[in-house]
Parts: sequence; C-alpha cells; structure tokens
Amino acid sequence: MQSPEILLAALLNGVMTGAIYALIAVGLTLVYGVLHIINFAHGAILTAAMFAVYVLHAAWGVDPYLALLPLTVCFFVLGYAVQRLIIGPASHGDDGNILLITLGLAIIIENALLAVFRSDTRSIDVAYAFSVVEVGGLFLSLPRVLAVAVVLAVVVLLWLFLARSRTGAAIRAVAKEKMGAELCGIDVARIYAVTFGLGAACLAVAASLLMPTYLVNPRVGNAFVLVAFTIVVLGGMGSIPGALLGGLVIGVVESFSGLFMGESLGQIGIFLIFILVLLVRPTGLFGAKA
Amino acid sequence: MGTLLTVENVTVRFGGLVAVDRASFTVAESTITGLIGPNGAGKTTLFAVVSGFLAPQQGRIVFAGADVTREPVHVRARRGIARTFQIVQPFAGLSVRENIAVGAYLRHRDRADALAEADRVACRVGLDRLLHLPAAALTVAGRKRLELARALATRPRLLLLDEVLAGLNPSELRDVLPIIRAIRDEGVTILMVEHVMQAVMSLCEHVHVLAQGRLLAQGTPAEIARDPRVIEAYLGHGAAQRLGSGASGHA
Amino acid sequence: MSKASAYGSVLALGAALGALPLATESNVLLNFLIFLLIVAVAATGWNLLGGYGGQFSFGHAAFFGTGAYGMAILQERAGLNAWAALPIAIALGAAVGRVIGVLAFRARLRGSYFALVTLAFAEVLRILANVLPMTGGAAGILIRLRIDPWHFQFADRRVFYWVALGFLVGALLLVRAMERCRFGAWLVAVRENEDAACALGVDTVAVKVAAITLSAAITAAAGCLYAQKFLYLDAAIAYGPWISVEALLAPVIGGAGTVFGPVLGALVLLGLGELTKAWIGTLTGGAVPGVDLVLFGVLLILCVAFAPRGILGLLSRLRFGLRWARS
Repeated sequence: MQSPEILLAALLNGVMTGAIYALIAVGLTLVYGVLHIINFAHGAILTAAMFAVYVLHAAWGVDPYLALLPLTVCFFVLGYAVQRLIIGPASHGDDGNILLITLGLAIIIENALLAVFRSDTRSIDVAYAFSVVEVGGLFLSLPRVLAVAVVLAVVVLLWLFLARSRTGAAIRAVAKEKMGAELCGIDVARIYAVTFGLGAACLAVAASLLMPTYLVNPRVGNAFVLVAFTIVVLGGMGSIPGALLGGLVIGVVESFSGLFMGESLGQIGIFLIFILVLLVRPTGLFGAKA
Repeated sequence: MGTLLTVENVTVRFGGLVAVDRASFTVAESTITGLIGPNGAGKTTLFAVVSGFLAPQQGRIVFAGADVTREPVHVRARRGIARTFQIVQPFAGLSVRENIAVGAYLRHRDRADALAEADRVACRVGLDRLLHLPAAALTVAGRKRLELARALATRPRLLLLDEVLAGLNPSELRDVLPIIRAIRDEGVTILMVEHVMQAVMSLCEHVHVLAQGRLLAQGTPAEIARDPRVIEAYLGHGAAQRLGSGASGHA
Repeated sequence: MSKASAYGSVLALGAALGALPLATESNVLLNFLIFLLIVAVAATGWNLLGGYGGQFSFGHAAFFGTGAYGMAILQERAGLNAWAALPIAIALGAAVGRVIGVLAFRARLRGSYFALVTLAFAEVLRILANVLPMTGGAAGILIRLRIDPWHFQFADRRVFYWVALGFLVGALLLVRAMERCRFGAWLVAVRENEDAACALGVDTVAVKVAAITLSAAITAAAGCLYAQKFLYLDAAIAYGPWISVEALLAPVIGGAGTVFGPVLGALVLLGLGELTKAWIGTLTGGAVPGVDLVLFGVLLILCVAFAPRGILGLLSRLRFGLRWARS
C-alpha cells in the first residue's frame, strides 16, 4: 500500500495533467459539437504546435509562455484556413469523407514533422522547469500550477465568447440546428471554419503549457489524442463541461494506474476505459446527444 | 375474413410528448386499410411501432396470431411485415434491379432466383424499363415505386405503405392506384398512411382516423367522410358545424 | 457481368502477375512485389468490411498483427509446423475480428465511433505485445531460419512471391464470390442504408459481424505472410498504425467496394512511395523518413476530393465520358 502523501501527490499530479488533457479535449469536443465530426488530425495539430513552441525557443530563445499568445492566434488562423480551404471543399459534405480527410491531414502533418525533425525526442530547457510552489505543505510544480490557471482562464474566456458574442451565438445556433441557422442568414461555412480555428487555438495554448515540462517527437500527439478522444467520449460528445470533468478524471486515473501498474500498462487502462465507455455509453456520462 | 394485425393499447412517448396514446385497432386479412389523420397525429410513429423501428412504452402488436412486440425489425420482415418509408430510402449507389433484389433475397438464397424475382416485381410496379438505372437517377415517382417494389419483393403478408402516393401528379396517381389494388388482389394485406384523400376513398375498405395520438374514428371511407369529429380534427373546432350550417343555408 | 468474366478477370490478373518473376531476376524488385502483395491482401481484407460494408476501420493492424504473431508464436513457442500454424493464426485473427465486431456492432457503433474503437483495440494489442513475455516484449520475436518449403521458407524468392500471389488471388476470388451472393448484396445494402436494409429483413448486426470476421481473416493471412517473409516481428511492426493506414488507403485510392481497387491502390501507393523516397534521397543525399507517408496523406485527400470512387471510379467515368464524346 502506498503512503497517503504519495497518493495525494499522485492525485494532484493527475489533476494538473488532467487540466491540459481537458483543454485538448475541449478543442476536440467543440469541433465535434458544431461540425459533428471527429477531427482525427487533432493530435497531429497538437504535435505541430508543440514543435512550433520548440523551434521558437531553440532558434530565437522565445519563452514558451511568451509564445503562447502569438501561437494561439497563428493556430486559429491555420485551423480556420484548413477547414475553409481543405476539409470543407474536399469533403462534399459527407461525414465519411471528413473522417478520411482528417485522417489524411494527420498522416501529412505527422510525417512532415518526422521528415524535418526525425524521430528524435526533443525538449526545451527553461530555468523554471523544476521550480515548485508550496501550497499547504505540498510542493507543486510551478509550470503545472500555471497550466491549471491558464486552462481555467481559457475555458472561462471560451465560455464567455460562446455565451455573449454574436459569433458565439451563431456557433451555438449552428451546433443546434445547422439548416435553421443557415436559413437565418448565418454563414455556416464561416462558422465551421471559426470553430475549427478555435479547436486549433486550444491546442496552441496546450502546447505552450506542455513544453516547459514535456518532450516532443513527431508521434507525441497520438498519445494525447487518444486520451482526448477518451475524455470527449466519457464527457459526452460536444459537451464542454463534460470535457473539463472528463479531462480531470482521466488525468487522475492515469496518474493512479501509472502508480500501481507501471507506465505502459497505465496506458492500457486509458484505452480500456475508452473502449468500455464507447461500448456502454456512446452518449457519454453527461448524455450530450451523440 | 380473419384478423392479420392487432394493435393493442399502444402508447409511445418522446420525452414528455405523447405521440401515440393508447391506440388500438385491427387490420383484416386481404383488405386495404387506411390510416389517416392531420399532420402530427402519430401515423408514422404508429407505423414505426408496427414494423419494429420503435418500441412502444405500453401495448402489444400481434401479427398473424403471434405477439411480435419485442421482435426486431428484420425478424418481423421475415414473418411477412414489410414497410415503405415516407422519406424514400433507396440504396442510392445500386441499380434499380439490385435494390429490388435485396428485398428478394429474403425468400431466395440463390442469386439467379433473387434477380429473376426482382425482374418480375419490377414489371408489376412498372419499373421494368429502368432496371439498370442507378436508383439515384430516378424521379420522385420512380423512387416511390422503387420503395414499393423492394417491399413487395420480400413477399410480405402485410404491406405498410407510408405515403407512397404523396408528391405524385394526377397521371402518376392514376398509374399507381391499380398497382396497389392488384397487390391486394393477390392476397397481400395493405395498411396505408395517406394524405391523398381521393386515393384513400377509392382504395380503402376500412379507415382509421388518428388525431393527436388517439384513435378518433373508424369505418368505411364514406362513413369517415361524414363523421363530424373527423372534420373537426382536420379543419379545427366548430368546422363541422360551420360546414353543416353552410350546407343547410344553401339547401 | 457473366460468371465466366467475373471470375476470369481475377484469374487473368493472377496469371499476369504470376508471369512477372519470369521476366526479372532482380531481388530488389521481387522484394518490392512481395511486400506489395502482402499489403494488397491486407487491403483486400479492409475492403470487404470498409468498401463493401461501409464500416471504416482504423485498426486493421489488430488482425494483421494477430495473424503475424500467431504464426511466430505457434512455431517458436508451441513448436508447430508453419503450415499447421497458418490456418490457426488466420482463425485467431478472425476471432479477434469477431469479438471486436460483436462488441462494436451490438453497441450500435457506426462511422467515426466504429473507427475509433477499432483504433483503440489495435493500440491495446500493440501495448500488450510490447510487454508480454509470450510475444517477446519490446525485443520482438524471431522465427528461426529454416529454409525449407516444409517450414514455409523458400530459398528462391520467386516461390514466396507465387505463394503470396496465391493468397491474393484466393482473397480476390472470395470477394468476387461474395459480391455475387446473398451475403454480399445484404452487406452492400447495409452500407447504403441500414434502416432500409433492416426493413427488408436483413439482420444488419449479423451481416456486419460476419463481414468483419471474414475481413479480419483475410488481413490476418497477410500478417502470416509478413511473418514468414521477414521472420521477425515487434509490436510496432505487427500492431503498428502503418498497416492500419495502408490497408485503408489502398482501397480508398484504388476504388473501395471493387474487387481490384485494393490491388491497384496498393500498387499506386507503394510505387509512388518508393519513387518519392528514391527521388528525395537523391536530392538530400540520404533517406528521409516519412516523405512517402506525406504523399499518401495528400493522395488520400485528393482522392476524397476529386475521385470519390478511387482511381477505378475515375477510369470508368473517363471511359463513359469518352464514349459519350464519340457518340
């Protein structure tokens, strides 16, 4: 049996990892909720964002946290363009096609990164990587505490945007009833692109938060994206609160199963949960309509 | 003349909405029975319950003496319940012949037999010249016929027709009515949901009227047409009286 | 299509491919062709479920790997003869397919949900293969070198090529036979419209489960071939995403739901892949990993955008257009 301190540390660790998972899942679930597609390129876009953070730091010494804002904007534009110029026109509106196109994008991005950066694992050195803050007698990793704070801020901003802005209202309208929204004069193609852009922007934020403590290689996104899929399915496809809570749950589960079963079997735990959730409750814990 | 289908006390709810409310009726063997009612009355829902696409919260479906309420769609199809869809559902990528053959395979294991059956059925519904066309190339009228042909190819005992006449022009209607009558004459029992009153009047021996999920009236088409409750259900409260007084005023 | 031309075309392709080694002695070319045949068999398996049944699996590695590991483990750990191991390994692959199918289709998973769940199963198997002692863990497993037809190992590459070709022709004949029987008609009906198929008496779950079982068996056979050709496996080879991707890409690019689509697709895919690798290699003076896959991804998107029924669909449209232009 493990000591209570170790269990508590594992719990907090799980929550902090889970916050980043949650952000990745929020991007995925947002795209699903509006476009009703599973974006298979989500993991690859995350990898691309992580490499962007890496290159900015390695080439020009840009701090990951400074890179956060400009990269978020860049990835929003990138996501917008990908949906507008590639996925939208190439899919002819067919769901099966979208599935294949996002798969194709994932293959392209992942392997382009492989061609340029090779399969080596890279990381960046920042002075504060191992800094800790003391909270109630517990020492917590500073970058991870920051990550939790930023994730919360981003989710609140996203929620405000969706709830209060005109575009946010249009996004919600398209998510609920595409044809009705179209008849009301909403440019659905633009809303799709904006949503896809927001999904990519979430990934840029996640990448900036991950890089100070994490490493990157061309396949790293796969690990995250399956976790994100699990979270999205667990939380209910298209449900943002579901994605948040699901992220935390998965973060904690992973942390504990890693503690008790070792790294690689811990990963199996995630997949098994994923399969079980899919088979038993395809509408997720929060029952958002699948 | 025996009873082929019994719908007993069927209730279907979608959340808080009661789509079908304790509906009971029977369909006699080798007849054409109509199921009519204003929009939203629950006709298509009731069809979905009879064919097995929806499970009722309450009630039973008895077909040819067997309780089929819990049976899945394909098992009911094997028993002899076939349906068409109000919104046509062709296998768009297949030819007309292949579409019908899918139905024919239910009673024919062999490919040659199924294709021969498909050709025969296509003749009966007037699709024989279009056999090799992709289903996606058919007109609305053609697709309705295809729905009918596919269902017919399963050799049903009970054929559920969900608005197969809607959207047809008068000349197309003239062509299809005798086809439906001929199907009945061969011993297939037909239950049809229909809005085209002229067709209901000329085809059906018996009509059930559904309004707001409840069975409102039943009888021969002529009786139904005179029933004030039915007129009110279609035209609104007090309509029967207004029509009645209008008629007496002219008289 | 008459019965003779339906099966005759498959046999003709087999004969043409069978004659190739008579024209060349090049080991490089033969190795390429053998690999091509293996991918084409795996892709034919995917095509049965994905092309005819409309159920897009992203995890056919689960079946490929099971066939491959089955072959290796039965020989090395259970001491079975290779030819005896072959049907068992194929049956194991089919069993994995059946289990996934029963679970996924009973739970009514479709579209992207089905794709995701197959992917997850493949990943679970990959991780397990990477840690279990039976599979040799991360070190992988070697099949002893015993060059003898009795052990399914041949001194002459051409013999292996012909055996692999036999597998492909067998798989293609099976798909052709399926096309022309009730099961095939029902499977296509499920692809086109599940509700309508159901209303016509098709037990859609049973049809899909049968399809994934058969599909898995064919792809497992490809895995068996792979194991015997390379005599070495690890988790990333056997259960890695590469084979899931190539088994899917080949039919989609060649023409999903057609008998020859996967073969043509595999040829185009691997041919272009090799050419690109060689070309980039001469440009940069060394091998660059991933460039062929980048090209595959681009091809996939182009196909979906401009050739929704693959190259074969494009060709038939072109032929139709020419005939129309002439008349």
